[in-house]
Amino acid sequence: MADVNDGPEGCALVTGASRGIGAAIARGLAEDGWTVGVNYRKDQEGAEKVVEEIESGGGSALALQADVSDPAAADALFPPLEERFGTVLVLVNNAGMRADGLAPQLEDDAWDRVIDTNLSAAFRLTRRALRGMMRARFGRVVNIASIVGQRANPGQANYAASKAGMIAFTGTVAAEVARRSVTVNAVAPGLVDTELTEGIGDELLRAIPARRAGTPEEVAACVRFLASDAASYVNGTTLTVDGGMTA
Amino acid sequence: MASADKDQIQERMTEALESFGADREAINRDADWESLDIDSLDLVELAQIVEEEYGVQMKEEDMKNMKTVGDAVDFVSERAKS
Repeated sequence: MADVNDGPEGCALVTGASRGIGAAIARGLAEDGWTVGVNYRKDQEGAEKVVEEIESGGGSALALQADVSDPAAADALFPPLEERFGTVLVLVNNAGMRADGLAPQLEDDAWDRVIDTNLSAAFRLTRRALRGMMRARFGRVVNIASIVGQRANPGQANYAASKAGMIAFTGTVAAEVARRSVTVNAVAPGLVDTELTEGIGDELLRAIPARRAGTPEEVAACVRFLASDAASYVNGTTLTVDGGMTA
Repeated sequence: MASADKDQIQERMTEALESFGADREAINRDADWESLDIDSLDLVELAQIVEEEYGVQMKEEDMKNMKTVGDAVDFVSERAKS
């Protein structure tokens, strides 16, 4: 394992890690020497594939089923990791969903599901993770937000609110726990080539200075940096990774 | 930990407060949080230690009434026995 972190013994947890950006983050953190909890909701096969990939690279990982929008998810995720691998020292709140619609027609259910999954889950899991991180005097929380949390995107009022909430949450929690050497940062991807962004047309690509969508690995690279010892003085910030789209 | 006595609880708290940066010499029953430079985040962590080690929950409203080390020791001691 290359570049093993010097932090106390522990592990990482990535939510929504059976595919796309989450899977790339899980693989990347494993490359950096972390034992990784690979959370999935329904895609057990995908999560197990990620675990196999990590193990075949000499790393260690564990697939963990939980719907993060369930308030009891922390109880399903943390104890199995803590018992086997020690304190969760890196938490990546990546699990997310969309339920698009113009605000005048957006159903309560579409609002609630997106806020629960993208924002409330990040809060609950962060709350749980901070207990161990504060005691360990080391911790890295990385919240996967979106550029939609920073600028308008018609049809995504619920998603935008959840991601903007995540960015605000990130800064405030960072300020609360910084002196325990715990950092809380966000990564705000632009258009990234995943299943979640399928169906978004070429027209949008022209709005991106890089003229292409990003890859999950390019987002994972930002998370890996923020989770590393090298980022120890980066706290409460949002790192935009969007090919220059919001520049 | 039902048999935890006050001295033991105070010693554990002293250890915790010291780890938060308080001067060990200054820690006694009458010392208040401010004089020890113990802030709200420290109290959150103290509550976590107390819950894990004594099974006593120190909620935010409980902590508002605790101004000194002695207040916290008494709070935990009373509840750990019951």
